[in-house]
Amino acid sequence: MLSETNEGVTFFQPVFAPVFAAPVGSHLLAEGRFNLDGFFIQKNRTGPYNGQLFKSTQIAQLDYIVNSRLTVVAGQSLVPFNTYNERLSEIWQQDFQDAPMLAGVGTRDSGTSVGTQLRGNAFANEHVHVNYVGWFSTRINKYSLNGTRAVGDRVEVFFPNKRIEIGTSFTRRLQGTQYKSVGVHFFWLPYRSPLQVRAEYAHNPHSQGYWIENSYRLSQWKGPDSFVGRIEPLFRFQQAFRNSVGPGDGLPKVDTKIADFGLDYHMPHDVRFNASYSRKFAQGADGNIWGLSMSYRFLFPAWREKKK
Amino acid sequence: MKRSFLLLASLMLAAGLALPAQMKPAAPPKPLVRHVLSAGERGERVYQANCSRCHYPPDQLNPRITGTVIRHMRVRANLSAQDERDILKFFNP
Repeated sequence: MLSETNEGVTFFQPVFAPVFAAPVGSHLLAEGRFNLDGFFIQKNRTGPYNGQLFKSTQIAQLDYIVNSRLTVVAGQSLVPFNTYNERLSEIWQQDFQDAPMLAGVGTRDSGTSVGTQLRGNAFANEHVHVNYVGWFSTRINKYSLNGTRAVGDRVEVFFPNKRIEIGTSFTRRLQGTQYKSVGVHFFWLPYRSPLQVRAEYAHNPHSQGYWIENSYRLSQWKGPDSFVGRIEPLFRFQQAFRNSVGPGDGLPKVDTKIADFGLDYHMPHDVRFNASYSRKFAQGADGNIWGLSMSYRFLFPAWREKKK
Repeated sequence: MKRSFLLLASLMLAAGLALPAQMKPAAPPKPLVRHVLSAGERGERVYQANCSRCHYPPDQLNPRITGTVIRHMRVRANLSAQDERDILKFFNP
């Protein structure tokens, strides 16, 4: 459940996002993720709240695990460009309730692709891991499927001893206005500290930007399950640059800077509260954004247990 | 005389450089048995190296669905079959 006041306009957004996963044998996995969203906004800032409900399919895919180095994915998947869309966007995962401005770059138009992915771990030893994803998507917009004709890849290098990850992404849109997007991401999660640093940069022909996010869970104070240890202050700074007027690429029409300050409180049983304040700096559009949200994640078996 | 002094000084310097090497204490013997990690310990390492880059562990995980959740994450995080088995052991010791 999210609530946000953006430059004086308040809205509520309840979200229910079920995820299904069904392994079939030792090589096959069927996955599904769906979003049921409500959007309720106050009419003329003082009137009653009116709302709409939306439903969308995020994932409907089959994964065939060929071996430890290769998995073939077919169906609708989240576009693996940079990290936010595919790896950090689940409600229970994201630190801030709002996605960074940059989330739309490389993942246009819907954040989903319909086609094939080849992915896996190319190389791993105790010093370095190299992962890859290569994908192709066809153009489709029916039966709850949503894809743009595009091709792309992502390569990540992770250094487990330093807990540093560096990766690059590439996408070429092959329908309508064709263009390419490139991205770079960086993670640093030091072993002996609950500090987490994540950052992304992405570039389009008409715009570019970056975000950097830091979080520090106070778990070193009497452990992660103590009253103080459940608190996690957050800070994110993001900046978008408009080079020229271009097609809708998801970034603001003018250069924009946003400083986000947040506080997560991790309750038992995977309940989490989040409060945030953001200050936006943009020509003619300076403003404050206040947010409150609560998320609850629960997992349960949907099938009776096989008799042993 | 000057040449003899230089020779003597060179010998003393060479002896001085060689002496610490001779007096270096013997290195401690290497342990004959290396600590072999259990599957659960390996699973914890795999979890720390891969899963925790994106999220915290779940507070509770029904043993009946642990295998399915880990299979789901194996595809996301590009884990190997051995990693999958080790993480399963870590969550379901």
